[in-house]
Amino acid sequence: MQPRTEATLGRLMASRLWKSIFRSGRGTSTLHRSMAIQQSVFLHILPAKVRRRMLNFDATWYLGTLTLGTFLVLVITGILLMFYYHPSVPQAYADMKDLRYVVSSGLFLRNLHRWSAHAMVLLAFAHMFRVFYRGAYRPPREFNWVVGVILLLITLLLSYTGYLLPWDQLAFWAITVGSNISSAVPIVGQKIHFLMLGGNQVNANALLRFYVLHCVILPLAAVLFIAVHFWRIRKDGGLYVQQSEPAKGAGEARVSTEDSAQEAVAKP
Amino acid sequence: MSDYVAGMSSDAKNSPKRVVFVTRRTSAHVRSVDEEQVQTYPEALFRAALAVQVLVIALVLLSLLFNAPLEGIANPTVTPNPAKAPWYFLGLQEMLHYFPPIVAGVLIPTLLVVALVVIPYFNINIRPDGVFLKSRRRNLTVFYIVAASLSLFLWFFDVYVALAPTLMVAGFMLIAAFSAPQSPDRFRRYLVSRPVSWWIMTWFLLELAVLTVVGTFFRGPGWSWVLPWRS
Repeated sequence: MQPRTEATLGRLMASRLWKSIFRSGRGTSTLHRSMAIQQSVFLHILPAKVRRRMLNFDATWYLGTLTLGTFLVLVITGILLMFYYHPSVPQAYADMKDLRYVVSSGLFLRNLHRWSAHAMVLLAFAHMFRVFYRGAYRPPREFNWVVGVILLLITLLLSYTGYLLPWDQLAFWAITVGSNISSAVPIVGQKIHFLMLGGNQVNANALLRFYVLHCVILPLAAVLFIAVHFWRIRKDGGLYVQQSEPAKGAGEARVSTEDSAQEAVAKP
Repeated sequence: MSDYVAGMSSDAKNSPKRVVFVTRRTSAHVRSVDEEQVQTYPEALFRAALAVQVLVIALVLLSLLFNAPLEGIANPTVTPNPAKAPWYFLGLQEMLHYFPPIVAGVLIPTLLVVALVVIPYFNINIRPDGVFLKSRRRNLTVFYIVAASLSLFLWFFDVYVALAPTLMVAGFMLIAAFSAPQSPDRFRRYLVSRPVSWWIMTWFLLELAVLTVVGTFFRGPGWSWVLPWRS
């Protein structure tokens, strides 16, 4: 960084305004860096310290992080798409055409949302299998595995409800095939089917219900359970470490941490 | 003094530590593992941000190269053949082809979710020993009965798509059953050491992958078998 930029940034971070927003204040000491986590409402669900070897790519393949990444992309592109979308028949389909031919970058926006959605389903499954094969569901992490299964189901429901929204042939018949299965539930099957679609077949009511589920209820549920999922990682003692794996490069890492701490002190 | 079981505390201040009570006539042997830790900020957060950036770049490239599908407007009077569910449900739709909806659409998914949820609460999924290493005779008998009845069941209903992965896993389990833990072959040693939970999950993963791929690419009009490269 340029010295001038750094100085300006330093003055900004030392200002009253900055300190009033970020309680941790400025500094590179271990205390400040712990406070950066503990004093933030968004980050305090994370542990202040993590095991160094859990940052290695082979430890997790970053699958959970990447699943969260797709979710963030989906929230941002989803909100932008909502500006152009009406959950009504036949306007919904006309909006798809507009996104394709009229709205600036509308095609790209929809592509990004669609492919990110597929990626999220794929990554959530990959994350689950990876956690299983590492044995990371073992006590005391049992309940976080259950939260993970709930999140997988929410992911599938999010994808499924979003599938209907373009209101094209693909959407209509995929939801028709899927929702017909619910009629097979004994005794209450027809009731569930009706409740889900707001009618006996996929129609404008179903589109509205799926829209509300897709844009409000399911994302809120997802955020809630993601928060619990991350918080439980901290409470259950950090990411799971396989006992058989040797701790790689533990010695040299400690030296480098001390170096940076001294550096921080030496800086004016 | 009665025996104590080693346990793990979940709210230790720094890292979880094992607490063990040493019973009589055992020499105390303490092996402390001091794990190297780093600050979440910036070490973990910056790596996470980098991973997400790589992901976003990949997704953006994908979105620039390939367009999301958009067909004609929804028309309840024109049924496409075949009408397919989203790809992640095509494994179930493939099952729906063989079994009544109550089985393929309700029973199997419900059992799957229940089975996934209860995994960590059963000790059989916690034990790390190879499936045929301890109580070998009993486990072999159970394996023969389960593998044979499952294969016969799938064969009886002509579910060859699900039968193939089942036979494959059963074959590898047979190799595991008749390999020594000290086998010179690395692959055999690996198979021998796999616990029963590993075999079940691998079977499930294989079934999921095969059924989804078949449902997505190899099913055409009337759910008939088609080859995707010859359409």
